[in-house]
Amino acid sequence: MNWTLALPELVLSVCGLAILVFGVIPKRDMTFPCTMAVIGAFVLTGVLVIGQAEGTAFGGQYVADDFSAFMKLLSLAAAALGLLLALDWNAKEGLSRFEFPVLVLFATVGMMVMISANDLMSLYLGLELLSLPLYVLAAFDRDNPRSAEAGLKYFILGSLASGMLLYGASLIYGFAGTTNFDRLADALSAEAGISAGVVVGIVFVIAALAFKLAAVPFHMWTPDVYEGAPTPVTAFFASAPKVAALALLVRVLSGPFGEVIGQWQQVVVLSAILSMVLGAFAAIGQRNVKRLMAYSSIGHVGFILMGLAVGGETGLRGVLVYTAIYIAMNIGAFAVLVAMRRNGRAVEGVDDLAGLGRTDPAMALAMAIFMFSMAGVPPMAGFFAKIYVLLPAIEQGFWGMAVIGVLSSVVSAYYYLRIVKVMYFDAAATGFDLRPAGVSVVLAGTGLFTLFFFLFPAMLLDAARHAVAALIG
Amino acid sequence: MLTIGLAHYLTVGAILFVLGIFGIFLNRKNVIVILMSIELILLSVNLNLVAFSSSLDDLAGQVFAMFILTVAAAEAAIGLAIVVIYYRNHGSIEVEDISALKG
Repeated sequence: MNWTLALPELVLSVCGLAILVFGVIPKRDMTFPCTMAVIGAFVLTGVLVIGQAEGTAFGGQYVADDFSAFMKLLSLAAAALGLLLALDWNAKEGLSRFEFPVLVLFATVGMMVMISANDLMSLYLGLELLSLPLYVLAAFDRDNPRSAEAGLKYFILGSLASGMLLYGASLIYGFAGTTNFDRLADALSAEAGISAGVVVGIVFVIAALAFKLAAVPFHMWTPDVYEGAPTPVTAFFASAPKVAALALLVRVLSGPFGEVIGQWQQVVVLSAILSMVLGAFAAIGQRNVKRLMAYSSIGHVGFILMGLAVGGETGLRGVLVYTAIYIAMNIGAFAVLVAMRRNGRAVEGVDDLAGLGRTDPAMALAMAIFMFSMAGVPPMAGFFAKIYVLLPAIEQGFWGMAVIGVLSSVVSAYYYLRIVKVMYFDAAATGFDLRPAGVSVVLAGTGLFTLFFFLFPAMLLDAARHAVAALIG
Repeated sequence: MLTIGLAHYLTVGAILFVLGIFGIFLNRKNVIVILMSIELILLSVNLNLVAFSSSLDDLAGQVFAMFILTVAAAEAAIGLAIVVIYYRNHGSIEVEDISALKG
């Protein structure tokens, strides 16, 4: 029993329990020390992940390889940046409760279990460990009717998705005879034709994971939940859980179901095309920045799914590179949204950004970088992200999907550039309140990464290539 | 004499699953009914898993069912907590009233 392999998850869970005790015993407000302790725990876990050996543990339930290390570091970084954004926001909204960082921590443990899942059982447990804290986080502003409604909607649709995942898992278990990914791969490749029960199960599992990713046609919850949840929570929703869901989808589709690619490739292609198109067109009419970012994230998920549908070494490398870059520019853009606060009240209309170029040039410049990057304008990071999924798609002959991707990114450039135009050319509104320090740190980090990625792409590309090599051998 | 086999259990499981899905989408009255429908979906999966486990003579399915029971309890607790804060804010848990967020 080589349980030491799961040391990062174990250490993070124990840290979570300790921080919970640490936060509840003193009588004063412990939000700041707890948040810092959780970020410290993330850093410690990150170090453990880097030093992690490879192999499987817990009777094949858990696997650690380069792919899991890459995705875990990405989700840990996203969670830590999200916490930094939440610190100041929660204090100003009267939400200073130490449970917030602890919930984020347990959600992160869930993500890490998902990323390392090598069995339908650990897949389900990780997914639920991620989802349950997220339902609570969506409703965290509990005296705000919109936050409560966002939590309720997310809970109902999220539970439905887990139910579908479980039903699919039960069918796969019944018709293939095992829940372990390695043995599933053997079982599915050995038979000449796979049974219809397994195919139905695979479709259910893909649908449930697409729900967590917010890919069309399982995206209905996204705009409502993103708008209703507190802004830092939305920043967290739009980044870290997507990494975990994507890691799981990549592992499931290229591992156990890799042999039956003909059964699911069309589904992923269709979902990718619909997500890109919907992300481009539905965001055009939005006046609320958070809703706009929700549709924008659906569009980006479409691009990521394009890489997944193409598959192979280059396609999956594109998926990983796109995910890493998407996380950086998305958290950066949300940092600006978190700083949108006028006379102590949070505002979230596109028009509220008017004149930001004069009232806060640094933040406007950062937002412009993120918007250009999301639109895919060179030399920002987002351009290279799109290149790395579009090139494999063209090489493998997915011309239709690639053309639709390029066209939809042209359409989406309209609303990204509209934000830039509002910031620099519209009549100035009164400036925002003083930008909090946490936001400045996140803005500087993600902004520099997005702007100067083209100077040193080799590091990320190499890491992604090693991760993919670990996955498909 | 009719013997109850795997197919019968799977049929009951499928019926319960579909009832649960319809309970979520066709229900126009109360959020509590939706919570009950979610439980119904999870129980239909448990029935499936236990039936498969018995017919495959493999314990993994029953272990899986135990995990699902545990998680379902936690999920119900969180669901009810969210319904309570929703009721505090809106004074109603009618499904048709849940429409403040749209666009």
